[in-house]
Amino acid sequence: MRSFKDSNLFQAWLVLLLATAFGCALAGVQTKLGPVIEANKTRETLAKIPALVLGEDQAQQLSRQKKSLSITSRTIKIEKNGIKKFYTVYDAFLEGTLAGHVAKASGQGYADKIELLLGLDADARTITGLFILDQKETPGLGNRIIEKPWRNQFLGKPSATRLVVVKGNPGKDNEIDAISGATISSRSVTGIVNKTITDIKAQLVSPPKETADEQETSHNENGKIKENT
Amino acid sequence: MADSPTAFERFVQGILPENPVYRQLLGLCPTLAVTNGMKPALTMACSVGFVLLCANIVISLIRNLLKPHLRIVIFTLTIATFVTIADRFLAAYFFQMSKTLGPYIPLIIVNCIIICRCEVCASKQGVVTAASDAIGQAIGFGLALSSIAAVREILGTGMLFGIRVLPTAWPDWVIMVLPPGAFITLGLLLGFVNWIGIIRSKGSAK
Repeated sequence: MRSFKDSNLFQAWLVLLLATAFGCALAGVQTKLGPVIEANKTRETLAKIPALVLGEDQAQQLSRQKKSLSITSRTIKIEKNGIKKFYTVYDAFLEGTLAGHVAKASGQGYADKIELLLGLDADARTITGLFILDQKETPGLGNRIIEKPWRNQFLGKPSATRLVVVKGNPGKDNEIDAISGATISSRSVTGIVNKTITDIKAQLVSPPKETADEQETSHNENGKIKENT
Repeated sequence: MADSPTAFERFVQGILPENPVYRQLLGLCPTLAVTNGMKPALTMACSVGFVLLCANIVISLIRNLLKPHLRIVIFTLTIATFVTIADRFLAAYFFQMSKTLGPYIPLIIVNCIIICRCEVCASKQGVVTAASDAIGQAIGFGLALSSIAAVREILGTGMLFGIRVLPTAWPDWVIMVLPPGAFITLGLLLGFVNWIGIIRSKGSAK
């Protein structure tokens, strides 16, 4: 019978102690810096919206004319298979008329979560922009999803059909060329785009007023509600 | 003691005689990856310096409590904590730089310079020696990174710190800011530093 002093648990006391102390320190850092990082991300999102809705050239022209879009944000609630999902959507207005929407979406990439902004025109028929906010894909391969030539493939694609990733020559209207060596990252982004469109398209164009009632009934049907923010 | 150098010796050795990149060939992943410009290279050097200093101090303080078979776990734990702090700090106050460096900041956790210094110096010597060792190694790493970055940024874009230093007629050698440029520059500078070393040792032998 080994004494407690020889046990693995006792030998690791320093590891356990340090892990606890470091954990607390990191929690402190996160509480302090988390809001600042979030604010940075929001600022970046808002700065990207004109280019995502109007296209890069027109956005530049707009800022040269010292005009700007007025942007309102709302949250779209989706319920699928008993799982609730929330999308942050920004509606951009140019001189009073709706110019387009930008939705923030995220999903699993090859390495970690990919966060992106998807621009759609006013009636959500065409994709007007794509920007990757956050990713940790393999440098040199997967992280090429942030490069403009690849992202620009999405511009002008119709939102009615699902986008498909192909290797080699994309011919059809709904085909996206995969990055060579990074098919999974390419598929992840395309998948997120497809899912976001099917999830929110209906609610983008006609913001539902009767959702409260609908959601009440669906809660009862599904019984259990999971939150997935 | 003959086998444990003093604080000053540790400091000096880190800069050139035992330069982490040019002499020990450690930490080559960030050396190759983030040296396409001076700004990312210096940010990386500062982050590594911060983690190195903090990790060395902590490890040196608890060196008498370390158990031989659990020491690597503790090194990694300590390093990971300070890397996370550095990563969050950059994301909060240098947001664009943090995006440029992307995964390379979290990857400092596996930077072998730091674990090497914990093992070689901090787990055996006092706090002052460990701290000066960390500062010396950090300066050495910073010098190596900025020398490579300077060559690559000047030849690749004609600029240094984003300010034009070569005439606009200079045809930018784009390859220098791409990955192959990193290998070419590192190879040439490594050869150059070792060549100087050989010449100097011949000179002192005579």
